[in-house]
Amino acid sequence: MIDKTLKQLSQALTAKEVSSVELSTLFLDRIERLNPDINAFVTVDREKTLAMAAAADARIAAGTAGPLTGIPIAQKDIFCAEGWRTTCGSKMLADFVAPYDATVIEKMHRDAGLVSLGKTNMDEFAMGSSNETSFFGPVKNPWDRQRVPGGSSGGSAAAIAARLAPAATGTDTGGSIRQPAALCNLTGLKPTYGVVSRYGMIAYASSLDQGGPMGATAEDCALLLNTMAGFDARDSTSLERPAEDYTRSLEQPLAGLRIGLPKEFFAAGCDAGVMAAVQEAIDEYRRLGATIVDVSLPNSHLSVPAYYVIAPAEASSNLSRFDGVRYGYRAPDYGNLDDMYMKTRAQGFGEEVKRRILIGAYVLSHGYYDAYYLQAQRIRRLIANDFVDAFKSCDVILGPTSPTTAFKLGEKSADPVQMYLSDIYTIAVNLAGLPGMALPCGFSGGLPVGLQLIGNYFDEARLLNVAHRYQQATDWHQRRPQGIE
Amino acid sequence: MSLTSEQVKRIAHLARIEVSESEALTTQGHLNGIFELIEQMQAVDTTGVEPMAHAQDVSQRLRPDAVSEADRRAAYQAVAPETEAGLYLVPKVIE
Repeated sequence: MIDKTLKQLSQALTAKEVSSVELSTLFLDRIERLNPDINAFVTVDREKTLAMAAAADARIAAGTAGPLTGIPIAQKDIFCAEGWRTTCGSKMLADFVAPYDATVIEKMHRDAGLVSLGKTNMDEFAMGSSNETSFFGPVKNPWDRQRVPGGSSGGSAAAIAARLAPAATGTDTGGSIRQPAALCNLTGLKPTYGVVSRYGMIAYASSLDQGGPMGATAEDCALLLNTMAGFDARDSTSLERPAEDYTRSLEQPLAGLRIGLPKEFFAAGCDAGVMAAVQEAIDEYRRLGATIVDVSLPNSHLSVPAYYVIAPAEASSNLSRFDGVRYGYRAPDYGNLDDMYMKTRAQGFGEEVKRRILIGAYVLSHGYYDAYYLQAQRIRRLIANDFVDAFKSCDVILGPTSPTTAFKLGEKSADPVQMYLSDIYTIAVNLAGLPGMALPCGFSGGLPVGLQLIGNYFDEARLLNVAHRYQQATDWHQRRPQGIE
Repeated sequence: MSLTSEQVKRIAHLARIEVSESEALTTQGHLNGIFELIEQMQAVDTTGVEPMAHAQDVSQRLRPDAVSEADRRAAYQAVAPETEAGLYLVPKVIE
């Protein structure tokens, strides 16, 4: 049961081979047994989960179930869920019980009938690439428990890899769905900016943040995206577009597909083992009938510098709301109002979050705005234009997701710049607002390697198709970590 | 470019984050490393390039000026550190 895809679980539920309560209990028991070591979940509430499962069973019995009703999933702890503690991985929100549902939560649980297994660990306020900045401690990678699962959606990734949940949500501001998916042998999709509502999703960098699905397969991600996507009047950047069925073209043959390889993604700087796996994936795509073309993203080396101006600038503004007044942590001892703010924020935020707030405050301050913030926005335009040019000669872009496999816990935490560079292949996609995917494409030194596919705006269905056909021809995505029984 | 410890303390004050002398020093080292990375941008001539603030080129939607939310003050204030009579309590500001 723990290796079944969402479609298989759905069939089992419909055929009454298993009930949602039984299925949810199975995963809750696994969480109880394995989570103390893996630390993928920060909040589990058996009673709430089983009540949701019982309601799902009633819907199935009444014949009013949707395709995913009764399937348990894990929610990244960045999504507000009414009555659930919602921490965003921070001391600032360690005791915050959300008084309302994020749109994603509402759509997945109330509308689609999915069952929540709990809230997953993450880098604090989604700022990190290793899950080590969480107030609730690091998450261990189920493939090697000395290593990180990636971040910021590291808890979601580790939960799926350890079979503590069949699928999960994530959010991706600079690679936070794709990089952990790559490091944990999963499939993850960051949709086009504006496709999934950000309402109730705690904001980090609002012009880049986008929620998306993480699961074992592209088909699972397509099914989940069907429940997550859609216009939402409560998110001012949500796009008004007709609803799509993201599974509609999964089976389409790849003959004639043009895959672009950006030469900048195949230059020095990527591990040889990662590159070898990616090259094999390219060969597989040739066998599937795709044509490989060379493209160029000449400004992609500027994506990390531009990101570390834009994202902190937006973060410094977004996180100003955490002042100890309306919700969240307040320092126990303080003098005047200013002192209360200063102590609350000094004690409530972790180091990485403070670092990014300070960068943001600096690049937005008088005299530096043009040199940093405006320059970063101009470079963002150049990066987005590179993709426009590249997509003139190809349908999807392919490359590695991360330059390395999962690194050791503590290996990069002392040097922020080294940590930032682990997102070198993913960040440009967020700056441009394009959809991107990660999917398993092999192993290097026993650790998973993730392939990255980048699509044109609103081309999620095609990306999922390109990933799905590959997964029909390969079995990397079906491997299970040793010791996970 | 290199930030001084004084500048770090000034930014921290702007961001309303208390920092000790030793924290300011550590932070200074980290921030200077990050700004070294960011400085790569300065080598690029972006004359005439329109700044890109947002991924989608769309304008903000307008909605009718009508009440759309229910009153949930009690629920929202239940998560506040300190309230009284529907108000948020903070240290005295005006003497």
